[in-house]
Amino acid sequence: MTTELPPIESILQAMQAGIAEQLGDAQDALMIGIHSGGYWLAQHLHAKLGLQTPLGGLDISFYRDDFSRIGLHPQVQPSDLPCSPDGRTVVLVDDVLFTGRTIRAAMNELFDFGRPARIVLAVLIDRGGRELPIAADVAGAHVDAPPKDWQVKLSGPEPLALTVITPKAPA
Amino acid sequence: MSLATLQVDEQGKLRHLLSTEGLSEPLLTEILDNAESFLPVTEGAVKKVPLLRGKTVVNLFFEPSTRTRTTFELAAKRLSADVINIDAASSSTTKGESLLDTLKTLESMQVNMFVIRHGVSGAAQFFAEQAAPGVAILNAGDGRHAHPTQALLDMLTIRRHRPDFDQLKVAIVGDILHSRVARSDVHALQTLGVKDIRLVGPRTLVPQSLSSLDVEVVHDLRAGLRDVDVVMLLRLQHERMDGQLLPGGSAFFNSFGLTARTLDYAKPDALVMHPGPINRGVEIAPDLAYGERSLVLEQVSHGIAVRMAVMAMTIGTQSAALQASREARA
Repeated sequence: MTTELPPIESILQAMQAGIAEQLGDAQDALMIGIHSGGYWLAQHLHAKLGLQTPLGGLDISFYRDDFSRIGLHPQVQPSDLPCSPDGRTVVLVDDVLFTGRTIRAAMNELFDFGRPARIVLAVLIDRGGRELPIAADVAGAHVDAPPKDWQVKLSGPEPLALTVITPKAPA
Repeated sequence: MSLATLQVDEQGKLRHLLSTEGLSEPLLTEILDNAESFLPVTEGAVKKVPLLRGKTVVNLFFEPSTRTRTTFELAAKRLSADVINIDAASSSTTKGESLLDTLKTLESMQVNMFVIRHGVSGAAQFFAEQAAPGVAILNAGDGRHAHPTQALLDMLTIRRHRPDFDQLKVAIVGDILHSRVARSDVHALQTLGVKDIRLVGPRTLVPQSLSSLDVEVVHDLRAGLRDVDVVMLLRLQHERMDGQLLPGGSAFFNSFGLTARTLDYAKPDALVMHPGPINRGVEIAPDLAYGERSLVLEQVSHGIAVRMAVMAMTIGTQSAALQASREARA
């Protein structure tokens, strides 16, 4: 069983257009990618949009809500913001929006660095299935509520590619 | 149960940290990698992450220590844990039972981790054997046996400057006989692939028997330092010397103190390390101690990151195990 996704190039173009529309004339917007997939996307979008403020990256491992269930996530990347988010518009970029827990953790971490004027959430794919009241401002594409055991995965950084992994049908 | 198996769980994850001896290369590297990602937390805009919020860490020190205790305390606080410091005198009670009583009493107060320093070798292992499933034990130094977090922070410091461990020549200089730091360093260096390790000092403090650790024992500073990439000095442990092992600090400095002249025997870009606190004019000339090749202060800040990594990994492992057993019962 497969699901049809548009080619990644057109999803990225849709994201880029959506972010540009959201930002309007906010020239000093700070774009932040969530490691790893969101950061790869953010690198691409940051260059295409020609944003002035350097790109930032967040690793949310230290802010996850499942630490006491599964322990420390391996291979944590350092979080690195080029400047304080205080008073700025922040564009938060991630690959797949699902339960919303990653975004919750990312916003908690972001607020430890400062108080953004506004956060715009931009994702490549919105696959539904939210467990928290979180919504994307920009979504490159929607996949209508696939079963929970489907995985939508972005690989990268070069080239960026999307795959949908469906569990094998029981024999 | 052996020390090496006691400190990992069935999945090979870090459960306690007792010694660098028997700590596998992948696990040791994982600790260093995690410490690396905690470094920005210790340096950057955010000084605290919520990882261990609601967890309680007890520093249980049977030996006096300000530096080590403080770095463990800072590490725990930067992970948002609650910290209790207990100074317990080791001499006042008979060891076995009273140690266990202390542990059990504190465990019943829902403590998640004990950081333990004790004058008796093997004390941390004793605690780890007795600890309840949800409790992690970190060894902050036990007798002459081990001081694993010090060795790990030394490894992190070396790796950030000289990542090719298998190419390195390392000299450890000073009172090796009484040093838990030296022992832990040797095990960690060997696990990471260092082949040329020299233990340097007078015969009384560096007995020939130490060559059983698969290292070279050298009683002459110049010979020991020849062409080394890293010089690791040890503190002269006055309080640990019972007999007449040394005529005095200045005599030690004359034969084994690191000066600009003796450092010339090492490679031109050799790194100088010392676990602190430094006895100026005993192990090292005052102008070298904080000179441009000295990594002493870097070691201190790396110590916080390494301890954060070990705390996050062990409490994470413990919590996951506890959660799994709860789910199995449900």
